[in-house]
Amino acid sequence: MSEPYEPVIVGFLCNWCSYRAADLAGTARIKYAPNMRAIRVMCSGRVDPQFVLKALREGADGVMIAGCHPGECHYVDGNIKTLRRFTLLKQLLRQWGVEDERVQLVWASASEGNLLAAAVDRMTEQLRPLGPLRWKETVLGRNGHGEFIPVEEVPAVEEV
Amino acid sequence: MAEKPKLAMYWAAACGGCEISTLNIGEKILVVDDVFDLAFFPCIADFKVKDVQGYPDGYIDVCLFNGAIRNSENEEMAHLLRQKSKFVVAFGSCAYEGCIPALSNLTSRQATLETVYFDNPSIDNPEMTLPQVKTRVAEGELTLPYFYQTVKALDQVVPVDYYIPGCPPEPEQIWAVLEVVVNALLNGGPLPPGGSIVGAGKVAVCEECPLEKNVKAIDQFYRPYDLIPQPGLCLLEQGIVCMGPATRSGCGALCPQANMGCRGCYGPLDGVEDQGAKMLSAIASVVGVGAAGEDEGEMAKKLDEVMSTLVDPAGTFYRFSMAHSLLQRAKVNGKQA
Amino acid sequence: MQRITIDPITRLEGHGKIEIFLDDAGEVANAYLQIPELRGFEQFCVGRPAEEMPRITNRICGVCPEAHHMAATKALDALYHVEPSSAVKKLREFFYSAFYVTDHTTHFYALGGPDFVLGPDAPAAERNILGVVHKVGLEIGKAVIDTRMRNHHVIKQVGGRGVHPVAGMPGGWSKAISEEERQEFEAIARKNVDFALFSLKVFDDIVLANQAYVDLILSDAFTHRTYYMGTVDSNNKVNFYDGLIRVVDPQGKEFVKYPSRDYAKHVAERVEPWSYLKFPYLKGVGWKGFVDGPESGVYCATPLSRLNASDGMATPLAQEAFERFYQTLGSQQVNGRYQPVHQRLATHWARLVELLYAAERMLELVTDPEITDPNVRVVVKNTPDEGVGSVEAPRGTLTHHYWTDERGILTGVNLIVGTTNNNAPITMSVKKAAQHLIHNGTVITEGLLNRVEMAFRNYDPCMSCATHSLPGQMPLEVVIRDPDGNVIEHLSQYT
Repeated sequence: MSEPYEPVIVGFLCNWCSYRAADLAGTARIKYAPNMRAIRVMCSGRVDPQFVLKALREGADGVMIAGCHPGECHYVDGNIKTLRRFTLLKQLLRQWGVEDERVQLVWASASEGNLLAAAVDRMTEQLRPLGPLRWKETVLGRNGHGEFIPVEEVPAVEEV
Repeated sequence: MAEKPKLAMYWAAACGGCEISTLNIGEKILVVDDVFDLAFFPCIADFKVKDVQGYPDGYIDVCLFNGAIRNSENEEMAHLLRQKSKFVVAFGSCAYEGCIPALSNLTSRQATLETVYFDNPSIDNPEMTLPQVKTRVAEGELTLPYFYQTVKALDQVVPVDYYIPGCPPEPEQIWAVLEVVVNALLNGGPLPPGGSIVGAGKVAVCEECPLEKNVKAIDQFYRPYDLIPQPGLCLLEQGIVCMGPATRSGCGALCPQANMGCRGCYGPLDGVEDQGAKMLSAIASVVGVGAAGEDEGEMAKKLDEVMSTLVDPAGTFYRFSMAHSLLQRAKVNGKQA
Repeated sequence: MQRITIDPITRLEGHGKIEIFLDDAGEVANAYLQIPELRGFEQFCVGRPAEEMPRITNRICGVCPEAHHMAATKALDALYHVEPSSAVKKLREFFYSAFYVTDHTTHFYALGGPDFVLGPDAPAAERNILGVVHKVGLEIGKAVIDTRMRNHHVIKQVGGRGVHPVAGMPGGWSKAISEEERQEFEAIARKNVDFALFSLKVFDDIVLANQAYVDLILSDAFTHRTYYMGTVDSNNKVNFYDGLIRVVDPQGKEFVKYPSRDYAKHVAERVEPWSYLKFPYLKGVGWKGFVDGPESGVYCATPLSRLNASDGMATPLAQEAFERFYQTLGSQQVNGRYQPVHQRLATHWARLVELLYAAERMLELVTDPEITDPNVRVVVKNTPDEGVGSVEAPRGTLTHHYWTDERGILTGVNLIVGTTNNNAPITMSVKKAAQHLIHNGTVITEGLLNRVEMAFRNYDPCMSCATHSLPGQMPLEVVIRDPDGNVIEHLSQYT
């Protein structure tokens, strides 16, 4: 019997809106997929693209960035910057071979617990058929060379 | 008479530009010759791998290692030279972070071999011959190194003491570093802390660049031949991609002064792990689309349009730093480029 | 079978090794030149914007990045269907001539020259640029360094930065030069002409005046009769920047002349499992193996080839030097053209003739009124599809071929690099030299090792390293084993 694959989603949730939405989902006892591990940031604009890449490299199967709806950002336009960076990041990720579904941007205000929960559910189900990303193991491979090199293939240093 | 300190300069998967740039220190090369004895420098002297293998560990005082780790021979030489050297310097962008050869990390070993040996129009190879690690010929056996799937930086195979960034490092910077080294070896002068990036600045290229800089709000990206840039004005502001904001200074901002955008060859600034991601963040942030109060859907659509005028983000933002990037190589299937 | 391994060969981009096999009679049965390096530009450039190629492909070689930069720039002209203005062409060719001056200077004084200035059997510790300086004086050594430095200054000013230039664009160049710069460059060009003449005199005094060297150059050990390739202008004179690619047969008759875009009709590349470097040959003749002669498609692309494939040099002093070159080496004129010189060591001399031409051409261009034209950068609106650009790299004809989508993103790249043209002839030269020098009972000496290298070195393979200033003995090791693999003799040269 093998366990069904459970995607691991790292979520960056902004303090003022989406994290509160997640809190609300909790207090309202909304059932939703437990696959997202939430990290609270003050603003979605705090999300450096390096965080996303690092998460993917270190074992995440997907990354969710969640922020306030445009126009409602506590810092006025932090989330606009998020949208700009996210748009370009998606183009970049395609070139890296990372499937579109693995990095998603969600707007959820503090009162939208249902919306956030539904987004997590949806993303989990979108990731399941893609399988685990396991970047280090499958892409970087042993020794980071991207494939296993049998010892006999590499010639021993010859006595010359 | 005390023995002179030993110098080595070795090239792995390199182009030779680092050697040329070193020789472009002009007459100062005679000073280097005066101070050091060569221990291994395949470009210009006749020491062999056998000699290096015979040296006691740490015999070489300074090893300037340039070139990326592309194949098994490069990796073996990195290990050997690390063992035999007191200080190993990752010299130039290839050894520091992969440089141009590491663009190969967006494709695969298989795709590379097929294109180079099968598919190109001038190839005459009906038997589909590929270079082999071992080949039996009538007279005996011949060997070649193994071509890896992923290009690595030097510090991904051996510990590195210092890094000199640049493709190539500028001669003035090379001399500045050599002066410090010579002073340390001859007069006991100070050396920077281990792991330092030397021969470069601590701020972004923008600080060195004389072009006028204003608040940026890019509404479209242009290819360099799409327009004649206004002289004296920041290229990025005019929509021409320039990696200046995410690149370490030290080169004197040469490329923008030649009216061509920086491509980031001096590597990232302190505190940055992934130069490409930082550049992406910087450039996307100043796209002048979207403001609080605008319709979400409209904004997203406009942004998509603008961002698609920025072609090949992976190859541009990671032009020199792919091996040191967080993802390091692309996930590929077969011949996907 | 006994085996002699020479590892590494230096002055090559990356590394190379030579394996020489001796048969039971102690004669050389075969020799293999193995190139263990590949980086894969033809694949990883796919997906990149085409206009970045001058700045990406210059990293193919750090000694001749200007050549790749220029071939790439010309390929962009073709790709985007833009014809550069006459001012742009002159500025580019001026830049390119400065590059030739510095590159040929480097090779003669630091790489090839020491073998002649000091002699192939000179103690290895002296057989390098320092030894050259001792023999001809420190003043000369500094003159060589100064030649490199002042021309690299030109390259940096005109091309944007040293070593890897950035200014090449489709139909143009990213920056113009000012009148002030022009005047500085004119003084540099004049110094270059003097220096080139001086270098030819050095060759006269030290090489041609020495009968032993002349015998070496004319010896059969270093002679091959192959086809010769070079780029010529509309008067069939040597041109490094632009023209038609012309190939002559071993008798000196024109075999084919074609624009660079037709290269794939005339040249094909073979693959061997024991080397990462491919082996080009002439399709019109066919591959017959590593052999000489008019029936074999092996061809050569070097300064010697360029001179052989041309009807002369386009500048007066270089033309004089050209005629003297052929006359001295005993070449006859047939139908107004000199018969090819086949002695590969004469390539060193041919290189100096080219040095003089590059210097004169540089002076011609820098005194042309168009050279300071400020309008060298153009806006390009055409849709790209496919383009080929070629130049003469110092080491041979260099061809870049690009295919893109309608946005100018590369979908295919094919490159035939200067030294690649010479892969087969170099292998043949090494084998022939080894066969002449190594026989049953031959004592393998340093001089022998060096002469085997000299067979290789005159081609100036694409990894020359500028000004040696150090005991530049070739890193060479020769190991001779008996049939059981036991080492019977082990010679190496190092300080």
